[in-house]
Amino acid sequence: MALTQHDIDKEIAAERDAYEQRVAGGAPVEHHPDRGYAPYRSSVLRHPKRPPVGIDVTKDPELVELSSPAWGERDITELDNDLTRQHRGEPVGERITVEGRLLDREGRPVRGQLVEIWQANSAGRYAHQREQHDAPLDPNFTGAGRTLTDDHGFYRFTTIQPGPYPWRNHTNAWRPAHIHFSVFGRSFTQRLVTQMYFPNDPLFPYDPILHAVTDQAARDRLVAAYDHNLSVPEFSLGYRWDIVLDGPSATWMEEGR
Amino acid sequence: MTDIATTDTHGAEAVLPTPSQTVGPFYGYALPIPDGGNIAPVGHPDTVTVHGHVYDGEGNPLPDALVELWGAAPDGSVPTATGSMRRDPASGGFVGRNGLEFTGWGRIQTDADGHWVARTLRPGARGGGAPYLAVCVFARGLLMHLFTRIYLPGDDAALAADPVLSQVEEGRRSTLVAEEQAPATYRFDIRLQGENETVFLEYQ
Ligand SMILES: [Fe+3]
Repeated sequence: MALTQHDIDKEIAAERDAYEQRVAGGAPVEHHPDRGYAPYRSSVLRHPKRPPVGIDVTKDPELVELSSPAWGERDITELDNDLTRQHRGEPVGERITVEGRLLDREGRPVRGQLVEIWQANSAGRYAHQREQHDAPLDPNFTGAGRTLTDDHGFYRFTTIQPGPYPWRNHTNAWRPAHIHFSVFGRSFTQRLVTQMYFPNDPLFPYDPILHAVTDQAARDRLVAAYDHNLSVPEFSLGYRWDIVLDGPSATWMEEGR
Repeated sequence: MTDIATTDTHGAEAVLPTPSQTVGPFYGYALPIPDGGNIAPVGHPDTVTVHGHVYDGEGNPLPDALVELWGAAPDGSVPTATGSMRRDPASGGFVGRNGLEFTGWGRIQTDADGHWVARTLRPGARGGGAPYLAVCVFARGLLMHLFTRIYLPGDDAALAADPVLSQVEEGRRSTLVAEEQAPATYRFDIRLQGENETVFLEYQ
């Protein structure tokens, strides 16, 4: 009765084949998941079935959605981007540095915007009350951080390599290691919540959340690159991951944020 | 690997977007902000309370949805003040808003009953449309956020002339208009699926 990994594998393959046929038939490449991607079972009752109403933002430059909430130095503290220094002791695990740029679809840096992350500890456990996985909690690791992008659009975090963890989508479901990201753009329409993965994770083929992005090239953009130049000697391994915001934005200004 | 063609500040080369992924079930210790829904400056006469439930396709409330609101000031201007989350360097915690400045932005996690509440300032009109609050909804099970709008009732002429509302088929427009329950208190339920499914928006 319980769903097996094999059941989910077949559904993932069917969704991928259907997508490839659509594209072969001239349909556009899909960069984002279909909200109704059924192999991820939680989506079944939580996605709208009616098509969205389209808004052409070029016809109305007064839309409040073409601007975004403002963030400043008082919204973060200096230590917020170092998840290894939020407690008295050192967290357990492999220290990593994650750096990248926040860009818009034109490749332009998005400056001064809020980037928030959260993740499991090195054993694959979240510091969340409803977490049911019985891996150990780490008293020296909470796993939440935030920062503002700098004048060139860069963000940077110091943290611990998160562990993979089991979940209850189907029997023997495991999430590949990942860090959750929440980012703001210059306009409310560019809002993005996503997940960063690590290269060569053996769990990639089995995960319906990752495969909800049915396009292989788009999926690959969720995977960070190991970057030896970002590794800090005697301290941490470096990963580089750029984030490109979708959605229309107001006219870009060279100066200011 | 991240293999996007990036260019420097002046480059016009288009790059491909980072796909969306669900917020998942465990953002609750990371994203919510104390007093995240108390957007209005303390004691402001234009304060409105907006609240509602978030429901799934079987009519069950979501105890793990996250609602973000963004709105214009009463004069229609776009807020530019920072300070929606204000962090305290001494304790490493949140100190919350200062109760004085209006940032226009709020974030509320639904409670165990699937209910959210925000107190903000009555938005002013911008351009030719009726005033509204912009909404972004996240939840476990939602692979990409959903945008919608909360229009406040009262000015029927403005609502009838609104360029977005008039694009929506008549029978569904009411899903975008809050219900006035008491003076300055409005209810706005978000139905992700099913009967009376909320109208969601896509910006192009
Ligand atoms: Fe996760």
